[in-house]
Amino acid sequence: MKRNDKASRNARNGWLLSTPALLVLFVAATGPLVIVVLYSFLEKGDYSGVRWIFSGEAWFRILFERDIFDGTVSLADANLSIIWRSIKLSFMTTVITFVLGLPTAWFIATRSPASRAFWLFLITIPFWTNLLIRTFAIMEVLRNQGLLNTFLIHYGLIDTPLQILYTDTAVLIGMAYVYLPLMVLPLFAAIDRFDFKLIEAGYDLYASRMNILRHVILPIIKPGIVAGCILTFIPSLGAYVTPRILGGGKNMMIGNFIELQFGQGQNWPLGAALSTVLLVIVLGSLVLYTRISSRRAG
Amino acid sequence: MMARSRNFDITRLPGFTLIAVLSFVLLYAPIITLVIYSFNGGNSVNQWGGLSLKWYAIAAQNEAVQSAAIRSFVIAIWASIIATTVATMAALGTSRRAKFKGQTFIYIVINQPLMVPEIVTAVALLLFFSWIKIATGYAGLGYLILAHSAFCVPFAYLPIKARLDGMDTAMETAAADLYASPLQTFRHVTLPLLMPGIGAGAMLAFIISLDDVIITEFVKSAGQDTLPTYMLGQLRRALTPEVNAISTVLLAVSVAVLTVFFLITRKRG
Repeated sequence: MKRNDKASRNARNGWLLSTPALLVLFVAATGPLVIVVLYSFLEKGDYSGVRWIFSGEAWFRILFERDIFDGTVSLADANLSIIWRSIKLSFMTTVITFVLGLPTAWFIATRSPASRAFWLFLITIPFWTNLLIRTFAIMEVLRNQGLLNTFLIHYGLIDTPLQILYTDTAVLIGMAYVYLPLMVLPLFAAIDRFDFKLIEAGYDLYASRMNILRHVILPIIKPGIVAGCILTFIPSLGAYVTPRILGGGKNMMIGNFIELQFGQGQNWPLGAALSTVLLVIVLGSLVLYTRISSRRAG
Repeated sequence: MMARSRNFDITRLPGFTLIAVLSFVLLYAPIITLVIYSFNGGNSVNQWGGLSLKWYAIAAQNEAVQSAAIRSFVIAIWASIIATTVATMAALGTSRRAKFKGQTFIYIVINQPLMVPEIVTAVALLLFFSWIKIATGYAGLGYLILAHSAFCVPFAYLPIKARLDGMDTAMETAAADLYASPLQTFRHVTLPLLMPGIGAGAMLAFIISLDDVIITEFVKSAGQDTLPTYMLGQLRRALTPEVNAISTVLLAVSVAVLTVFFLITRKRG
């Protein structure tokens, strides 16, 4: 009986000490998510807000639209193209950051222990600094009179400035820029644990450098690759600041579209339903990720 | 047959170093440009008008910037105090003890802000706080402080827990052997040993709060701009190097705090 007492005291203390943190998070993070799901099933109010009547209209409106006059139903092209653009841009962001991130992580992991800390610090600074400032910095580079266009015109490569800002390309460049550290850090963690003797063994067996990369390195660091891709894809999909600044209002992603519903769009239930969709996609991919990584570990 | 030379580097892969260097250049070139242009003496971001602190002076004298800066710091200080306090308690509750029922649940809730897209939390808080605003009539900074405290908890929690997990219980056992009460042991042994972790956690919480845009933008009432939301508003208008000057100051604060953070956490290893 005494051991049981000890175990229950252990659990009670653990819970008691965790309670203040849980309270703060329930009140100002987790709890309110329930309200979002609830609002997605209500009827839209006349100007803004909601009427407290159950309705599936918001969910219907994500995919379809009704003609105001004859009530015919058709696919909501505008909504679908925003959702499609978000997925497409997030996927491309993930690919670009991987292509740049893998060599970067490899480079850091193969430095001498003394200089490795320095390079790692260089990657971590952008990771922790303001996303708004970094987006603003890349905007100044992409502007018509910005660094990139000035450079290209100066060297006679183009005559008139390229209109990059306020296009999907700008959003893509911006997202790849701000999320690159999110890709590098998990890749670095995986390469750091990598046993370089395996490469030596590969060379002893006359493998080429490309074969070493494809058949030795990539399979072993795969968990890090999966982690990096998920950690980049998820925030890209929920991006708000970067597409807002670089997309210039027209090239919206889901995050901006959600905001629009609570601002000018005045359709809170639709905004709530879109938020729920985003939440489900993100949590779904996280669950998938933990399943995959725990299967590998077990 | 291929003879392997003595300085054959097994870690070298074709093109990797080049791409890595390119990545670092791409990461830093825009930031460095932004910092340089904050010292622009000209009247717009398009032309260079000589080295000058003009835009820092203009930003510093701008009342909207002054009040946003004060508000940002007040919120960040309160949020990091609250987040670090509750995160320290939670770390003590979930480290160095036998695994108990519900521990995974506690982990998930604490790390929730790292998983849920910020825009979704922002919308949720907008809806929730609008109820409370109507019910109580209170429209002060409390909402922003509470919201910031919540998303800062995981950032404060992780370094504190890491520090605790690396501490063995020998010191505390010794203190108990010498008839120290549990409270004395905590006050004179555990807490001093844990201090670097708490400091590191508080610093991360502080810069995360200072940098927040999305949740602040949705939760703030009229006239409650912080520096980041003020800058976001300015980006819609004509650009002046004033935004560069504010950005540079915020960057300097973050880099300074991070440098201290790295020095603290590295000493451990």
